[in-house]
Amino acid sequence: MQSTLFHRAAAGLTSLMISGMTFASDWTERSNLDLRPGVTEVSQEIQDLHTTVLWIVTVIGLLVFGLIVISMIRHRRSKNPNPATFHENVFLEVLWTVIPFVILIAMAVPATRVLVQLDDTAESELTVKVTGYRWKWSYEYLTYEDDNDIGVSFFSNMTTPPEQYNNPVLSGGLFPYGTAKELVGKEAPEKNHDYQLSVDNKLIIPSGQKVRFLVTSDDVIHSFWVPDFGGKKDAIPGFVNETWALVPEGKEGTYYGQCAELCGKNHAFMPIAVEVVTQDDFKVWIAEEKEKAASGPDLTPFSGLDQAMEEGQQVYATACALCHGANGEGGIGLPFAGSDFATKSEHLNEHIDVLVNGRAAMPAFKAQLTPRQIAAVITYERNAFGNDTGDLIQPADVNDHE
Amino acid sequence: MSTAAATHDDHHDHHHAPTGLKRWLFSTNHKDIGTLYLWFSFAMFLVGGFMAMVIRAELLEPGMQFVDPEFFNQMTTVHGLVMVFGAVMPATVGLANWMIPLMIGAPDMALPRMNNWSFWILPFAFGILIFAVLMSAFGAGNPSAPNFGWTFYAPLSTKYGPASTDLFILSVHMMGISSIMGAINVVVTVFNMRAPGMTMMKMPLFVWTWLITAFLLIAVIPVLAGVVTMMLTDRHFGTSFFDAAGGGDPVLFQHVFWFFGHPEVYIMILPSFGIVSAIIPAFARKPLFGYASMVYATASIALLSFVVWAHHMFTVGMPLAGTLFFMYMTMLISVPTGVKVFNWVATMWRGSMTFELPMKWAIAFVVLFTCGGLSGLMLAITPVDFQYHDTYFVVAHFHYVLVTGAIFSIFAAAYYWLPKWSGVMPSKLLGELHFWNSLISANLLFFPMHFVGLAGMPRRYADYALQFADYNFWISIGGFWFGLSQVIFLVVAVRCAMKKGEPAPAKPWEGAEGLEWEVPSPAPFHTFDTPPVIK
Repeated sequence: MQSTLFHRAAAGLTSLMISGMTFASDWTERSNLDLRPGVTEVSQEIQDLHTTVLWIVTVIGLLVFGLIVISMIRHRRSKNPNPATFHENVFLEVLWTVIPFVILIAMAVPATRVLVQLDDTAESELTVKVTGYRWKWSYEYLTYEDDNDIGVSFFSNMTTPPEQYNNPVLSGGLFPYGTAKELVGKEAPEKNHDYQLSVDNKLIIPSGQKVRFLVTSDDVIHSFWVPDFGGKKDAIPGFVNETWALVPEGKEGTYYGQCAELCGKNHAFMPIAVEVVTQDDFKVWIAEEKEKAASGPDLTPFSGLDQAMEEGQQVYATACALCHGANGEGGIGLPFAGSDFATKSEHLNEHIDVLVNGRAAMPAFKAQLTPRQIAAVITYERNAFGNDTGDLIQPADVNDHE
Repeated sequence: MSTAAATHDDHHDHHHAPTGLKRWLFSTNHKDIGTLYLWFSFAMFLVGGFMAMVIRAELLEPGMQFVDPEFFNQMTTVHGLVMVFGAVMPATVGLANWMIPLMIGAPDMALPRMNNWSFWILPFAFGILIFAVLMSAFGAGNPSAPNFGWTFYAPLSTKYGPASTDLFILSVHMMGISSIMGAINVVVTVFNMRAPGMTMMKMPLFVWTWLITAFLLIAVIPVLAGVVTMMLTDRHFGTSFFDAAGGGDPVLFQHVFWFFGHPEVYIMILPSFGIVSAIIPAFARKPLFGYASMVYATASIALLSFVVWAHHMFTVGMPLAGTLFFMYMTMLISVPTGVKVFNWVATMWRGSMTFELPMKWAIAFVVLFTCGGLSGLMLAITPVDFQYHDTYFVVAHFHYVLVTGAIFSIFAAAYYWLPKWSGVMPSKLLGELHFWNSLISANLLFFPMHFVGLAGMPRRYADYALQFADYNFWISIGGFWFGLSQVIFLVVAVRCAMKKGEPAPAKPWEGAEGLEWEVPSPAPFHTFDTPPVIK
């Protein structure tokens, strides 16, 4: 890292400005007004660059505004009744074209250096494929050191409970939809400190090793952003972007981020939580996960309709209710209550197919849910909300479906 | 020409000034059409402002209190579209209609019937867009209004777009037709209808900036029309321009959109440069510093605006060489923009200034637009943009440029020329109230957005993590205050329209220069039937 006199002066002044405010190492803490320095070398260089540029523009701004204020005081009619008549000055005009140009070059040099460094994803030790879904992330571990057949992958959903974020004050019109209606006028529970940031499965990465992220999307464009790692990368359907992070040893802990590209209704509700652990811990964890993944899906049949309904209800609440309504009344997605689709037997095969392979805006759930979960939720959708088909779908039916 | 002149005289004898509904519906008079544009844009400003109030109410506290996140997205989308295409652009077209013929000594715009059409398309275009919002609002969100942001990135707006996307496409096409016709009208008027002796380099700077704006419009609005047409065929006719599954590319959408979108930013701000370049010399009682360099700086900004579009897309994963090119070009734009700011300061320097309302707004413009320009320079530094991108820092930046920039200059223009338009002076008391309330509230509204952005709050968020709560509260308070302050202007404008107030002389501002001050106030229905003589 460059440490010119200017850098040090700028850093000193900044810390003076923000003194009295705690350094926010935890993203859920009150931020310190300024760009976060983050924990990686790159994020800190970005912060240095930000500080430098901020001071340059502050000085330029103060100069210009200072001149305006002086002029407004000294060159008002009461002080200066006879205006000057000059209207050009070649020397001045050349000067204030050339000086900004020189300042720009001075800014472009360090910017180019950091950019080149950011672009270098080579020699990474862990590669994780990050896929954005509406509205969750999935992480697939591709290679680690010499192992390039890990086969570990999982989804990461926000776990902030709906009663914490649904605090409707109006009962009609645009809000609320579905079950939120029942919350009107109810006192909202206190929000957790990691409100809007907590997830069920964190992305786990080792410290002291370069991690390459392959970022893509299953539906619309999302953006993968952990501010403390420095910078974001868009997740674009059909294309794979690369970015990387190297969290130094000793900086283990949880780092948060949020989706940074508008992706629809729950754009604000798909956080990223990364747990950085030591390399030893990581090796233990990944070995356990590999073992779990190798054992294959559980295809034990349901003992009866009741068991399937009970499991299906839970799956429905986390995976389906957001779009199809908590009572199957529909919303972004089609309604189930009393619909032909969920009650007529000729649609049964189609029902399985839509869940497994997706259709239009409906995502394919093959990768997100186990065959047992899919079977349970289809059973639930065909026997709840007043539907009464008696259909019992078994995990094997789903697993055999292409 | 002689026949045309004869018909014109003939037409005069039959009816001088049509009245009632007919006067406005069938008007071919540049002043009436200008007035229509200005009222329309102010109405849209209030509509878009109301949507901003819904957004700020929802963001007052963490949690979803007033609207569903889906409707929140519809509000951010339509707020942006209405403000860009309905408020700022028609306002500057209205100013062009009123002022360009008066400033160059022409009797009217060159193509008066087309002028009528280009205005009357707009209410229908926005009627369609707002109809989509009303359907959503009264149908509990079903069908949804456009909900993909004013930048309508594919595939969110194509494969995943609501049914009303087609209404949006139709509406954008209509707005585009209106803009192109308006722009052609300006170009033809400026090239052909200047009074004898009014050479190009004698034209007021407002005419120059609008001429360059008109060329930008003619160049890029067809690109916008192209991109929405590609969306339409992707949605309904089986093409895959923006769908990777069919061999297309979602990033192509962003390239095409921003090839329109970046010059669009200058379309909104260049006329403001012209306005401020008229007002500052008038109240400093000193000629504009560096007239020629102002013209060249405007032209260079316009040219550079075609080669910087990808700075909106640094995070999509461009090759390093491309990223560097767009970073350098973007930084370069600050040179001509800086020249303009320095010229304004030099115009004020050693002048003999008074601070009537138009001057107050103009100085506020110079200072706050410069703030927006400087944060723009910060955003140009690509590695740091990777952090700033799509956060509230960007929201702060473009609201400084567009609200305290473009819209403040439009208010400056309104206070400056209202005596000419209406024949009465706008109320000083109400004007002062409007100015100071707007100035303070706009900064309370937009300045803290820099901080929440740096702290990491992404934009277009219906709800946020708890550490952003304090700032958002104050931002919302600033928002409501700014919104209410604009009602004061409504009163000012209505009073002028009703001719309430002190009668205005032909030239109400001592230091003002230009042909528009040589005709009486209010400007008669027909002016410069005989071209004035320019020394």
